[in-house]
Amino acid sequence: MTEASARFHRSVAEALADPHLRQALDRTTGRLAGGLAKAFATIPDAGALRDTARRIRAHTIAHLDQHLDQFERAATARGCHVHWAPTAADATRLVVDIARARGVSLAVKSKSMVTEEIELNAALGAAGVRVVESDLGEFVVQLADDRPSHIIAPIVHMSRDDVARLFEDKLGARPDEVADIPAITAFARRTLRQEFLQAGMGISGVNLAVADTGSLCLVTNEGNGRLTTTLPRVHVAVMGLERIVPTAADLGVVLQLLARSATGQALSVYTNIITGPRRPATSDGPGEPDGPDELHIVVVDNGRSRLLGGELAEILYCVRCGACLNICPVYHHIGGHAYGGVYPGPVGSVVSPGLMGLDEWSELPHASSLCGACRDVCPVRIDLPRLLLNLRAQTVAARMGPAWLRIAMPLYAAIATRPVLYRWLGSLAARLSRMMGHDGWLDRLPGPLSAWTTERDFPVPAPRSFVQEHHAHAPRAGGCE
Amino acid sequence: MTRPTRVQLFVTCLVDRFYPSVGHAVVAVLERQGLDVSVPMDQTCCGQPAFNGGFTDDARRMARHTVDVLSASPDPVVVPSGSCADMIVHRYPELLADDAAYAARARDLAARTFEFTQFLVDVLHVSPAAEPDGPRLAYHASCHGLRGLGLVEQPRQLLRAVAGDRCTDLPGAGICCGFGGLFAVKLAGISAAMLASKIEAIAESGADAVVATDVSCLMHIGGGLHRRGSRVRPLHVAEILAGTRHD
Repeated sequence: MTEASARFHRSVAEALADPHLRQALDRTTGRLAGGLAKAFATIPDAGALRDTARRIRAHTIAHLDQHLDQFERAATARGCHVHWAPTAADATRLVVDIARARGVSLAVKSKSMVTEEIELNAALGAAGVRVVESDLGEFVVQLADDRPSHIIAPIVHMSRDDVARLFEDKLGARPDEVADIPAITAFARRTLRQEFLQAGMGISGVNLAVADTGSLCLVTNEGNGRLTTTLPRVHVAVMGLERIVPTAADLGVVLQLLARSATGQALSVYTNIITGPRRPATSDGPGEPDGPDELHIVVVDNGRSRLLGGELAEILYCVRCGACLNICPVYHHIGGHAYGGVYPGPVGSVVSPGLMGLDEWSELPHASSLCGACRDVCPVRIDLPRLLLNLRAQTVAARMGPAWLRIAMPLYAAIATRPVLYRWLGSLAARLSRMMGHDGWLDRLPGPLSAWTTERDFPVPAPRSFVQEHHAHAPRAGGCE
Repeated sequence: MTRPTRVQLFVTCLVDRFYPSVGHAVVAVLERQGLDVSVPMDQTCCGQPAFNGGFTDDARRMARHTVDVLSASPDPVVVPSGSCADMIVHRYPELLADDAAYAARARDLAARTFEFTQFLVDVLHVSPAAEPDGPRLAYHASCHGLRGLGLVEQPRQLLRAVAGDRCTDLPGAGICCGFGGLFAVKLAGISAAMLASKIEAIAESGADAVVATDVSCLMHIGGGLHRRGSRVRPLHVAEILAGTRHD
């Protein structure tokens, strides 16, 4: 087993042994999944809407180069600076350079998974720029020196008391200032307001960018996104290169699904559509009376373009709603941290190996029972089990995974394609296991199969197989004997 | 399709080796419908363990074997398992799409393969007689039947006809029990945690038996129930329909 595999299995075991985590996940994933079902019940033909959204995403990804060109032209025409970052290092260097050139020492940031992916905070910190997370969940994560464990609910693994204690320890909050969730929120808001007023740069992600208008769409529920993108003089928006929709009408389709799938809302509390920085009216357009002086858009590739045209390209349809996490029974039991990457759950099990290769992430595609709940809930109908199966096949082709299985599976296939041998070995195995069993059950299986019997029993095979019994008792029914 | 007079039974490797009584129950139910049931002798495993493990070439070999065995006759094929039926119906045509000798036969087989309850309800339009007494049943909706083949109403309709109000859905009936084939061995801890949740739901239901369309789930759930000393029995839907559950 590789070091990466061992690390994954260790973190899974730790997560499973944590009853506190289990309670927190029960509470939140259940609420989010239930909210989704209710929210979809309010639209007449949710299936057709999903089909439309899928077609939009599929079309966009199939013609991504054209849409990105169009987006760059439109955004530039509205006064934005568009930067292309082939790698995470290029992306962070671009943002650091922008901050340095403008003498920025403090940046506020709204919630963004891609900035987690490129580890932007660390890069800015190393360059002497303090970054303050302004999403409440991300603010808590940063304060605790932790990592988000969910795409849209970063502190799903923590309780209210955990946060209250953290604020007392790290921010000197008095007990009455963190007595309940409204008090905690008010305390965070007071703390953050000062940072907003002093920050020289606001950093955001991008939920979706509109190609034909050059607009950025950001959805939040806390209003921090609006402050981040309007108050500081410079706004830097970081986006994965797949987050494009062709038109505002397409945006409308996807947004209806995004909020419902993410939080069970018909629409997020704040839906911001940002089209360029503050600028005077000209003969070309009406201008923009408020907002930042400068708007920089950093488009991050970081492995995404490698997936284009391949069998995993479908994962680029993802709009990062997190619904597949909330519905996934595996995520429900191990939470987000155990997956190891920035993106947990079924989507993460494709994205992490897809963007960063299987060497470090070969276990993730196998961490699924392939139950298909993720495929059913996905607003753009990504066939996640199929993508996981594709990655599994890649791990086998690369001779990754348990050595015993690489011997056992071809052997099993060789036996199962030789029916006489199959029946004879089946009967032999049945006889042997009957000698080891008690009352029709085995409480210990040998070798790697012993993992089954750590927590469940295994039935003893019948002395004669059904096919053998059937043909012995009712030879007339045996069409092929 | 028109009502057939003969069917082939692809019984699945787990029924064949571990639950022959389920196979006999399936035959009894089908014969009661006046069908001539043949059981091809050389059937083995559909190849799902290999396919789900990423061993595509091995899965393909087993798929070819099964196509051969079930193409000796043009009769429809009944499979008492949602996941094995889903494998034949949806995966075989993909796996063998580029195989000149097998692609057409795989598609033909897929078109005449049915999961057991799907065949009873959608093809034979069976409505079984009510039984006044019997155990309280809780239905678990196996994943691949539910989400792969869309088996939502068929098993429930049959169980309700027999057991009426004695049959209810398990709380969270459609949540995976954690079996997932090799998943139960490769990530045994997660699998066992999922099983523990399923067993909590079974206890909460107060049922005497948990019923499903797939013995794979029932083997997993049954192994967990037995380890805990539970008296709740795992039963295949065919055992309920054949009236052999008291055996």
